[in-house]
Amino acid sequence: MKPSGDTSKKDPSWKDVCSADDLQPNSGVCVLVEGQQVAIFFLVKENAVYAIHNYDPIGRANVLSRGVIGDIKGEPVVASPLYKQHFNLKTGVCIEDGQITVLVYPIRIYNGRVEIQVTVQEVIEAPAHEEANV
Amino acid sequence: MTTKQSLVVIGNGMVGQHFLASLAASPVKDSYHITTFCEEPRAAYDRVHLSAFFSGKTAADLALADEDFFAANGITLHLGDKADHIDRSSKTVTSAKGVTIAYDTLVLATGSYPFVPPVPGHDRPNCLVYRTIEDLEAIANAAKSSKVGVVVGGGLLGLEAAKALTDLGLETHVVEFAPRLMAVQLDESGGAMLRCKVEALGLQVHTGKNTTLITDGKQCVNKMCFADGEELETDIVLFSAGIRPRDDIARACSLEVGQRGGIVIDNQCKTSDPDIYAIGECALWNGMIYGLVAPGYSMARTVVANLAGEAANFTGADMSTKLKLMGVDVASIGDAHAKSQGALVYTYQNGASEVYKRLVVSQDKKQLLGAVLVGEVSGYGTLLQYCLNGIELPENPDALILPPRSDESVGLGPDALPLSAQICSCYDVTKGDVCQAIAAGCTSIGELKAETKASTGCGGCAPLLKSVMDCELVKHGIEVNTDICEHFPYTRQDLYNLVVVEQIKTFDDLLETHGKGKGCDICKPAIGSILASYWNEYVLAKEHLGLQDTNDTFLANMQKDGTYSVVPRITGGEISPDMLIALGQVGKKYKLYTKITGGQRVDLFGARVDQLPHIWKELIAAGFESGHAYGKSLRTVKSCVGSSWCRYGIDDSVGLAIELENRYKGLRSPHKLKFAVSGCTRECAEAQSKDIGVIATESGWNMYVCGNGGMKPRHADLFATSLDKETLIKYIDRLLIFYVRTANRLQRTSVWMENMEGGLDYLKSVVIDDKLGLCEQLEQQMEHVINTYQCEWKTTIEDENKLKRFRHFINSDQPDDNVVFVEERGQIRPADEEERKHFKMMEVA
Ligand code: SRM
Ligand SMILES: Cc1cc2nc3c(=O)[nH]c(=O)nc-3n(C[C@H](O)[C@H](O)[C@H](O)COP(=O)(O)OP(=O)(O)OC[C@H]3O[C@@H](n4cnc5c(N)ncnc54)[C@H](O)[C@@H]3O)c2cc1C
Ligand code: SF4
Ligand code: FES
Repeated sequence: MKPSGDTSKKDPSWKDVCSADDLQPNSGVCVLVEGQQVAIFFLVKENAVYAIHNYDPIGRANVLSRGVIGDIKGEPVVASPLYKQHFNLKTGVCIEDGQITVLVYPIRIYNGRVEIQVTVQEVIEAPAHEEANV
Repeated sequence: MTTKQSLVVIGNGMVGQHFLASLAASPVKDSYHITTFCEEPRAAYDRVHLSAFFSGKTAADLALADEDFFAANGITLHLGDKADHIDRSSKTVTSAKGVTIAYDTLVLATGSYPFVPPVPGHDRPNCLVYRTIEDLEAIANAAKSSKVGVVVGGGLLGLEAAKALTDLGLETHVVEFAPRLMAVQLDESGGAMLRCKVEALGLQVHTGKNTTLITDGKQCVNKMCFADGEELETDIVLFSAGIRPRDDIARACSLEVGQRGGIVIDNQCKTSDPDIYAIGECALWNGMIYGLVAPGYSMARTVVANLAGEAANFTGADMSTKLKLMGVDVASIGDAHAKSQGALVYTYQNGASEVYKRLVVSQDKKQLLGAVLVGEVSGYGTLLQYCLNGIELPENPDALILPPRSDESVGLGPDALPLSAQICSCYDVTKGDVCQAIAAGCTSIGELKAETKASTGCGGCAPLLKSVMDCELVKHGIEVNTDICEHFPYTRQDLYNLVVVEQIKTFDDLLETHGKGKGCDICKPAIGSILASYWNEYVLAKEHLGLQDTNDTFLANMQKDGTYSVVPRITGGEISPDMLIALGQVGKKYKLYTKITGGQRVDLFGARVDQLPHIWKELIAAGFESGHAYGKSLRTVKSCVGSSWCRYGIDDSVGLAIELENRYKGLRSPHKLKFAVSGCTRECAEAQSKDIGVIATESGWNMYVCGNGGMKPRHADLFATSLDKETLIKYIDRLLIFYVRTANRLQRTSVWMENMEGGLDYLKSVVIDDKLGLCEQLEQQMEHVINTYQCEWKTTIEDENKLKRFRHFINSDQPDDNVVFVEERGQIRPADEEERKHFKMMEVA
């Protein structure tokens, strides 16, 4: 296993996760950082990158990085590859059920490297999942 | 500020609970302190589905209210406490446990009790009834040490109880006083047909039997003696001889009751005391007790409306029923016994298939008054609508019960129904309500359920609701929108034509010139597929990659836990022992779950994304190629063994299947494609259920088109007969490309042709007679696709750059720790949620 990101000299809260060349055009990849699975999406035309947690709280599997991306009414979204619910890439909110969200992470490209900020947080699960755990 | 009034409900059964739920949903609930007495040890449950208790449903499954319903709505529930008496002068109710509550308004929903005939011995051991969960527990308990069970009463409930006894493994008898089963609903012939059917299922029926005594048995616990001198030994006696309203508490406080029981109510459901209402099976309206739940619900809603100051009336209810009794479909509508003045009767009886149908129509043959259906009840919905809405009958009403002669449909289209037609009787939802909800934006059954409650009760109205919805949606849909999605104001066909005419090669170009926004998971895969069928470039090329659904992106099918399945092509289902061994070795090495698919090939499940290229390297080295199980493209060409081995085989079905599969593999299409080839008319390859089916005959190949298995099976149509192979292939080339060009997104060939104006004949004219002058083009395009075929897996494993994608993490070699397998029948399967917690630590090497 490679060390998952060295701290950037300027601001240690930004973690280096991969090279900008590792990103897939108009698609997603997944990185492991501080034990968390983060899905990173790269929109070529807008030259935008987004980072959200990789876990699909509805399908309950680590797959969001493998969804199709696009927009719904102008908001960037990824469609879960399992049951096709959409998650807003900026806010993490599920379009079909506003109660469900996934974590979003600040992300930037710095000197050709992709960096994200990880604040240690609980993964938010779908309510149904919570019940199942009771 | 006004102080709240006190409202007390006696009885928390199905109707009492429906009353509370309707009240809770109405603003008028805020005017009351609400209290309810519930005699049973648990709050209301679904009595209608009580028998499900024997098939594993628990009391909790049957509960009608959420646990917090009462608390959340400020309702005080006195559980296991029976209301003992009502003092109308002081307006109080006192319970068996001694609670006294003053009321301003009182609602009686005490239901009914099973009638037990006062036969000597009726209270002997194992003499039971069928009404509450406790009753069922007692039955199950008694059954443990019993062999024989008798149900007294051959009505609806009696037969349901008999089914329960049979399921508990007892030798079961039904003893009925009347000369036939279900005497209330069925006429003589209908009853006889039903008897025939339930006897065939092992039930013993004794009609015209009057029980005079129950006493000690010799082999069994009990012995029943009948008026005709016969006897029957049984361990269990289950009384199901009708219900009696529970009106004792009303009698005791001198409310008016009917001669044969029942608390008398008016159209507002008020008893003789204007502060007291009665609803459900305890209530007597217009001389009628309704032993069904829907009329009770209707009464409950009437009272809520009255409390809210609306003018609402209960004006009777339809008693038509459709149900499955011991696996036999039975239905009865309206005046089944033709008691109306001048009524005419049509009957249809088919002894061979045990179907009996009877129509009762008015003298002028214009109105349907009633019907009886036994054995085949698909016409119930249509007939009921004729009857309830007074819709004029067709010229020959008997067409409604005769088996259809051709494909003509005698069904009543949802369009023919008036807006006032009731669609859902449980929740009194009319067609007008449904139309309104659709106009307000509902576009799915789920949304309609939430909006109107239709179909959330017994569920019997679901097919009708769906057909009304579909019909309405078409009406709205056509003018509203056929755009593929918000990014392209075009249909899939339009987009296809744009790609061809303007020779567009990428999604970005098409978006730039004809679309807006970034695209989405609808238009991207659809356009990806169009580009692939027209240009046939490598689907993982940089400019196409983002268009593919996950399955195409990773050239494998994603499973529920995020792992993938691997399906190599096994053309025509033919595979050598060596190839089988090679498959087995790969499966074993990567510890994959292996299964024979429904498409005559092998599926290997449980591959992690990083394992896919390794697995495919080995498979390709062994001579396999991609099976395109992930793509909207040709799946399999199923074959039977054919003339090489089979003693009946007329031609080489395996050979042709392999040739066809190799020819069309990789072709991207609007939806998946399946073929089959059979070696003779016995049709062991099931070619008539495929998109393209081929059957060998003495004079050549017969070609069938547009069949479908799956959700809505459709028999394929015979397209051309006695073809030689060249012509057959030419026709298939043309038909497939025409489909690729003109079908909607995710439309199988079956639906495509059904929606095509002119249907099969039109399709023949295009493909066989070249009516549009397109055939040469169509063939050329197919030639292009065939000539540019590549095994996508081969291309992928040869490109180091592409392989970078096949890792769970782009920056780590760790696998996904959420993927956990357990063993079942000697192979792996994904762990379920519970197991996952236990095995979180288990690493799959
Ligand atoms: C593996 C297999 C079941 C098996 O274990 O036997 C299967 C598995 C799936 N089928 Fe199937 N179908 C399989 C044979 C069939 C058959 C039988 C056949 O082909 O003879 C049918 C009915 C015939 C037909 O299609 O007309 C069938 C009708 C469907 C349908 C309904 C299609 C329809 O038109 O109604 C779907 C859903 C869809 O396509 O939208 C479906 C969808 C699926 C999906 C893709 C569901 C999903 O999204 O996960 C399954 C994924 C396959 C995988 O992960 O590898 N599968 N499926 C069979 C693979 C055959 C093969 O070798 O490729
Ligand atoms: C096995 C079975 C199958 C059925 N199948 C169907 C069907 O397919 N379709 C259909 O429409 N109907 C069916 N029914 C009938 C349906 O269940 C009844 O119509 C419905 O339950 C009537 O509701 P209710 O509230 O009036 O009476 P109930 O559900 O009987 O509720 C009355 C409640 O009041 C309580 N109670 C009585 N007196 C007092 C008191 N003094 N104090 C406190 N509590 C009191 C009782 O204990 C009971 O819990 C079936 C019934 C049974 C038993
Ligand atoms: S269809 Fe049946 S009988 Fe005919 S060749 Fe095939 S296996 Fe033999
Ligand atoms: S008729 Fe029972 S749910 Fe609609």
